[in-house]
Amino acid sequence: MEPEAAKLIGAGLASIALAGAGVGIGTIFGNYLAGALRNPSAAPGQFPNLLLGFALAEATGLFGLVIALIMLFVPL
Amino acid sequence: MATNNHVMENAGDAAHGASPIQPMHQFEIVDLIPLELFGVNISFTNSSLFMVVAVLAIIGLTLLTVDGRATVPGRLQSIAELSYEFVAKMVRDNVGDSGQKYFPFVFSLFMFVLACNLIGMIPYTFTVTSHIAVTFALSAVIFIGVTVLGFIKHGIHFLKFFVPSGIPIALMPLLVIVEVISYFTRPISLSVRLFANMMAGHTMIKVFAGFVVMMGFAGIAPLALIVAFTGLEILIAFLQAYVFAILTCIYLNDAIHMH
Repeated sequence: MEPEAAKLIGAGLASIALAGAGVGIGTIFGNYLAGALRNPSAAPGQFPNLLLGFALAEATGLFGLVIALIMLFVPL
Repeated sequence: MATNNHVMENAGDAAHGASPIQPMHQFEIVDLIPLELFGVNISFTNSSLFMVVAVLAIIGLTLLTVDGRATVPGRLQSIAELSYEFVAKMVRDNVGDSGQKYFPFVFSLFMFVLACNLIGMIPYTFTVTSHIAVTFALSAVIFIGVTVLGFIKHGIHFLKFFVPSGIPIALMPLLVIVEVISYFTRPISLSVRLFANMMAGHTMIKVFAGFVVMMGFAGIAPLALIVAFTGLEILIAFLQAYVFAILTCIYLNDAIHMH
């Protein structure tokens, strides 16, 4: 296989990490909404935790994206 | 960043064939005032320039706007007061009353990261926090500072931090190793989270901007997407500054109160 092709395939594979971030963010917002509808008075107190969880979940996917971008743009 | 020009040449080839779009071009570091001290390159770069701009913006916001000390604050004074109260509440909730003396540190960190992120959202500016060198320097300072603080507060007992309580002795060696590894990955995850978010967002916007040029009249669709993405990026810019500050608070709390 040509090294250039392998690089592109590798970058594509590394992007799969973002699927996990999608699942994580969906779970966090879905569960927050479900909880907030059951007990609306407790919802505002948990908003900081929602944002924290969102950022933490998104970051794990972005680690994969960074690997993909390094493969594409950094000459090795 | 010495190989930056080389990176730029590759960027166009690898990602977009012969197209003129260079999504990574915006992260290029340019020497504005070349300086060298004892063989070390300490040039004043565009990154340094925007750090200075960010710091001046913060100083202007926090000093000049509260000058009038109006009882009913105006818009700018409200921003200064709200950001102060926001961080003060964050420190109080996460570190407790004994953490109040670290408020200036957390406030400076939060405002610096927030200002850098938001200034980076203005077109044709440079995003300081999109470089791992900057974010890792920040998180290394936090990591070393918090660790030293833990040893000052608790002495050698700070090592108990790595020993979880209430678990079978047989599992102890394994869990201690896991705890130590997770402790030492903190500065890496803290810095990579901020840098990856800022870089990915800006790259994404630039790639979509390339679609607008390529698609001609139909480019109005990606243009609408860019508007939405820009809104999202401003949210992310704030959110990442918030997460950076709140994780600093959590690490401080760990060092001051142990588990």
